[in-house]
Amino acid sequence: MSILVDKNTKLIGQGVTGREGLFHAERMFAYGTNLVAGVTPGKGGEWILDGKVPVFDSVKLAKEATDANATVIFVPSRFAADAMFEAADAGIKLIITITEGIPVQDMMRVRNYLDQKGARLVGPNCPGLLTPGEAKVGIIPGDIAIPGDVGVVSRSGTLTYEVLYALKELGMGVSTCVGIGGDPINGTNFIDVLRLFEEDPQTKKVVLIGEIGGTDEEKAADFIQKHMTKPVAGFIAGQTAPPGKRMGHAGAIVEGGTGLAADKIKALEAAGVRIAKHPEEIPLLLQN
Amino acid sequence: MKLHEYQSKLIFAEYGVPIPKGRVAATANEAKQIAEELGGRVVVKSQVLVGGRGKAGGIRLAKSPSEAEELATQILSMEIKGLPVRKVLIDEAANIEHEIYLGITNDRAARRPVMMASSEGGVDIEEVARVTPEKIIKAHIDPLMGLQGYQARDIAAGIDLPRELWRSFGKIAESLWQAYKKSDATLAEINPLVITSDNKLVAVDGKMVLDDSALFRHPDLAEKRDLDVEAPAEIEARKYGLSFIKLDGDIGCMVNGAGLAMTSMDVIKFFGGEPANFLDIGGGANAEKVAAAFRIILSDPNIKAVLINIFGGITRGDEVARGILTAMKEVKPKVPMVVRLVGTNAEEGRQLLANANMITANTLADAAKKAVAAAKGEDIK
Repeated sequence: MSILVDKNTKLIGQGVTGREGLFHAERMFAYGTNLVAGVTPGKGGEWILDGKVPVFDSVKLAKEATDANATVIFVPSRFAADAMFEAADAGIKLIITITEGIPVQDMMRVRNYLDQKGARLVGPNCPGLLTPGEAKVGIIPGDIAIPGDVGVVSRSGTLTYEVLYALKELGMGVSTCVGIGGDPINGTNFIDVLRLFEEDPQTKKVVLIGEIGGTDEEKAADFIQKHMTKPVAGFIAGQTAPPGKRMGHAGAIVEGGTGLAADKIKALEAAGVRIAKHPEEIPLLLQN
Repeated sequence: MKLHEYQSKLIFAEYGVPIPKGRVAATANEAKQIAEELGGRVVVKSQVLVGGRGKAGGIRLAKSPSEAEELATQILSMEIKGLPVRKVLIDEAANIEHEIYLGITNDRAARRPVMMASSEGGVDIEEVARVTPEKIIKAHIDPLMGLQGYQARDIAAGIDLPRELWRSFGKIAESLWQAYKKSDATLAEINPLVITSDNKLVAVDGKMVLDDSALFRHPDLAEKRDLDVEAPAEIEARKYGLSFIKLDGDIGCMVNGAGLAMTSMDVIKFFGGEPANFLDIGGGANAEKVAAAFRIILSDPNIKAVLINIFGGITRGDEVARGILTAMKEVKPKVPMVVRLVGTNAEEGRQLLANANMITANTLADAAKKAVAAAKGEDIK
C-alpha cells in the first residue's frame, strides 16, 4: 500500500510537450509510472516518448480516450490556473501542479473551485509525489528512494531529496513521499497527508518537513497530538531567516510575528514530534 | 512589490475611491507650485516605502505655498529609516472629523481575501489587532463571487458608521475590492479613510503591495518598482532569475532550492557560523546563472568562506561546476570554498572541480562544519 498514487494510477501530463515537461515525462515514464497521455492544446494527434504516449488537445478528450484518473501539470504559471480548472471540469479528481510562480489570487480562485468540484490538488510549486517502485509523479529523482515504511510529507523540493537520500543511505525505505509545495495558497496540506499516512497500513513512521511562514505546522502539531499513533520526526527550515523577507518560496515568510520556525518547533515538540537539528539527523531519530 | 502612497492612491482613484486633490513633486520649487495651484493649507508627505513617516517628521502641514516649499526642502533632504526621500506628495489638507481604517489582504489560512475595517483609523492597525481585536470588523470575500453589497453594509454597521454614509462607504469598499483584484494586490489599504467636517469620506492615505508573481500581466505596474528598498546585489540577482537575500554573516551560500538554501543557512548557524546570504539558484540552473550567483556572493566584502551545496535533480552537478570554474577565472576569489555536490551528474562535477583548489564534503553537516572552520581561518583539507 501507499497513498495517493501507485502503479494503478492512470496519469496524464498537461504541458509535457514543452522542454521542461518533456524532460520529466521521459523520467516518469522510464520509472514505470503509468503515464497514459499528454495534453497540449494544438498538439492533439501527436505522440511523445518515441510514439508510446499520445497527445490530446484537451483534458476531456484525453480522459475519454484513456480513462485517466490523475494529472500532473507543468504548464507555465500564466496558464496554470486555466489548466487546473480544465482538469477539474473534465472530472479528474487528483491534480498535481508542479508549476512555480502562479499568482496568489489565481490560486485562491482555483482552490475554491476545486473544493466545490471535489478534486484534490497537490501543490502548486511542489516536486510532486513518489511512491518508490510504483509511481513517480512530478520531478522527485526516482533513484534517491527505495520502497519501505516511512511516509514523507514536505513543503520543500531539494530539501526533501536531501532527506530521502539520507534515509536511503541507511537502508530505510519510503511508502510515499508527498511534496505539498511552498506557496501560501496550496491544495493538500500537512493534515490531509498525515491522516492518509495514519490510515495507510504500509506506513509505520512519518517524516514532516516544514518551513517558516503560515501556521500549517502548528495545525499539524495539533492533529498529531490528537489523532496520530505513528511516530513522527521532523525538520523546520528557516530558523535563521530574517523577518519580512520571502525566502525563495512565496509562502516562506515571517510576517507580523507569525510563521516563525521557533514557534513551529515548539508546537511540534509539544505534540511529541522529534525535531532534527539538521536534515541528515532525521533517519537517526526514526531508528530509535 | 510595494507601491508608494501617491501611486496607491492614484490606482484607488482610478477605481472610484475619492482622494484629496494633490500631486507629487521631486523638488521644493515644484512643491511650491502645486501648493499655489491647490490654494489653502496643504500636507507635505515624504514618499518612502517604510512605516512611521509621520513620527520621523516626514509628514508636515503647510499653511502657505512658501511654507510648503520650505518643508519640502527639509523633507527632500531627509533619510527615513535609511531610505532617501526622493519625492514628496503635496495634498490638499482635509478637515478631519473622524478617522477610520479600511483594508483588504489575503487571509492565508482562510484561502480568501479578507476586508477589514475599524473605527480606530490613522493608527497602526496591527497594534489595534493586538490590543483591541474586537474593534476590527472582518468579512471574507469569496474569490469567485467578489465582494457583496451586504458585506460592505455589515462592515459599515460594525464600525458604527453613521447610516447616511453607508452608501458612499459601500461604493468605496467595492472600488477598493476592484483595485485590489484587478491589480493583483496582496494588500490594499486606506488608513485613514476620513470623515470630513462636511460629512464626506476621503482616502487620505493609501498603501498597496502587489503580488510579484502576477506582475507579468501588469507591465504598467511593474515599472513602478522603487529600487531604493533593495540591496544592489538583490537587484542584480533578480536580473538573472536568482533568489537572493543579503544577511549579516560572513559565510556565503550557494544552494539549489529554497528549502535547502534556508536549511544550509540554519546548519551553518547550528555549527557556530553566520550565513552572509540566502541564495537559491533555482531548478535547472545553467553555467551562466551559476557564474552570476558566484559573482554576487563574492561582491560582499564581509565574506570569509563560501559554502556551495547542490543536490542535483533538475540541476546538474557538471553544469554547476562549469559555472563555478567560469566565475573563478573572472573574480579570482581569495576566500576558501567548500563544495558539496550530490545527485544528478555529481561525479562529473566533482571531477571538473578536482583541480580547482576547493574543499570538498560529502554531507551537508560536514560541509557546514568545514565552512565554519574555514571562515574562522582554520586550515582544512
